[in-house]
Order: sequence, then C-alpha cells, then structure tokens
Amino acid sequence: MRRILSTAAALALLAGSAAAVEPDEQLRDPKLEARAHSLSRDLRCVVCQNQSIDDSDAALARDLRIILRERIAAGDTDDQAVAFLVARYGSFVQLKPPIRGDTLALWFGPLAVLLLGGAGAAVYIRGRSPAKAAALTVSEEAELAELLERDEAR
Amino acid sequence: MRRLLFIAPILAFAVLIGVFFAGLHRDPTLLPSMMIGKRVPTFDLAAVRPGDQGLRTGDLGGEPVLLNYYASWCVACRAEHPMLMRLRAEGVPIHGVDWKDEPEAGNKWLIDRGDPYLRVGNDRSGRTGIDMGVSGVPETFIIDKQGRVRYRHVGAITEEDWSQKIGPLMQRLKAES
Repeated sequence: MRRILSTAAALALLAGSAAAVEPDEQLRDPKLEARAHSLSRDLRCVVCQNQSIDDSDAALARDLRIILRERIAAGDTDDQAVAFLVARYGSFVQLKPPIRGDTLALWFGPLAVLLLGGAGAAVYIRGRSPAKAAALTVSEEAELAELLERDEAR
Repeated sequence: MRRLLFIAPILAFAVLIGVFFAGLHRDPTLLPSMMIGKRVPTFDLAAVRPGDQGLRTGDLGGEPVLLNYYASWCVACRAEHPMLMRLRAEGVPIHGVDWKDEPEAGNKWLIDRGDPYLRVGNDRSGRTGIDMGVSGVPETFIIDKQGRVRYRHVGAITEEDWSQKIGPLMQRLKAES
C-alpha cells in the first residue's frame, strides 16, 4: 500500500502544470521565449476567465500568446507588451492586478480589516478587569495551615 | 467609542456580504470595454462578398451605425441573425465583420441566411477584433457620427436589448451633431 502511495505521489510531482503553448508558437530565442512564457502565465484568458493564456486552449488565448510574442520579438519591454493587451482588454487580463486608485481596497482591504479587528480586540482585552480570586473557605484555611505546619516540621 | 469599535467590524462584514451577494448575480462575461469614447482602430478588411469592397475604418461614421462581429462557426450568431435581418428591414445601418473565419464560409452564411449588412469585411486572423477588445462572437459595437465607439454589446442582440438599450442609444446618437 505504502509503495503504491509513494509511486502515485512521485508521478503526481512529475506531472507539473500542462501549458497549452504549442511548438509552432514559440520564439526561436530561448531568452525571449522565457520572457513571453512568464508574462503569459500572468495574463488572463478572456474566454475561460480563470485560466491564464498560457494554460488555455481557447483560440483567442492562442492569438494573444502569439501577439505577446510578436511584441517581445519586436523589442517591447515586458511592461510595454502587457500594456498592449491591457489597452485592448482592460486590466482584467492581469491576473495580478496593479496597485491603482480603484484596486486599493483589493490590496489593502484585508490589512485594514485586520487592523480594525486587532484594535477592537486590544481595547476589549485591556478594558477587562482581571477576575478576583475567590477567598478560601474556613475548612480550606485550616487545611492550608496544617499543610504548612507539616512542611515546617520536616 | 468602544461600542463603535465593536460594531464597525460587524458592519464592515455585512457590507462585504452585500457586495458579494450582488456579485453573484452579475454576468462575468460582461467585461467593461476599453474602447468606449475612442475612435475605431484603423483597419482595412478584405471583402466577404465576391467582387465587393470589404470594410475600412473610413466607412464608419457620418451616421450612427452598428458594427456587428459574426462568424459562420458561431452558434449564438444563428440565434441573433433574424434580429439583424429585422433591424436591417427597419432601416438600421449595420456593418459586419466576419471574424476568424474563411471569407467563403462568411459569404455562404450571408447567402443561406440573408444579408443584413451594408458593408462586410473578413477578419481572418482576428486581429481587428482583438484591437477592439472582442472576446468572442457575436459582439456588436455602436459607432457614432464621429467614428467613435459608444457602446459594446456582448452576445446576441435580443428584442429586449434593442428596445431597452441599443435602439434608444442609436436614436440619441442620431440627434447628436
């Protein structure tokens, strides 16, 4: 059983992520191809919206991969190549949204919620008075005295 | 003050739930167009109808027109086609772009189903559509008298789309100088 499990795990590791990029799309220059590949992993396919254009088999994703490679081969910087697509499809195509006025809530909202909650919790905890320890009963006092006495006698 | 600190996270959470609940009912395919208010990108498309002149950027403008992207392989375009034929019969000017399609197939489509277009061009590579931010077919843009994009409609135009949004906007654009 253990052997089957470990073999399955090893095979799962080998699988990795399958890109939809076809050989005829790739650039000859491995450096440029690597740049295009890493950019396309962060660009969203507008047809199947939760896949990158690198993963998607949609015809439009293929077109956008080719356009991206054309821009890079023509000497565009990474930012320029991405801006070319953003100008057409909006920053929706960026899987990592840029930090802008309208994305501030997206980026810093969770931090704001954490700070707000933390402040609330801090005020609540500080304002709480520590619980008073209950006084000992008469019989407990007697027991305690006896224990102490026995300890001293030893 | 302490009360407020207690209530604020709960209020914030309630607002978030409201936002997400509203988001559930939104159609994720309706993306905002980057083209609104901009001039149509320059293109010069080959003819679909044999011996015809195709479609160029210069053909747009003068009067408000619909620019309709279709393809012979597109199923939703079949559903939309009778609507386009009706609008054409009513005198609404429509130009067509046969997107990511063979011109012969695009032409056969027009012969088989009727031809609603004033002018129609073939965008075989799909690049003209990509310059307009087209994500699929059918998609329709409203172009004003100045040749600027004023509205983008994703998917087939329904009776409701026409009477509620597209028709009234065309009327308004006609009144513009």
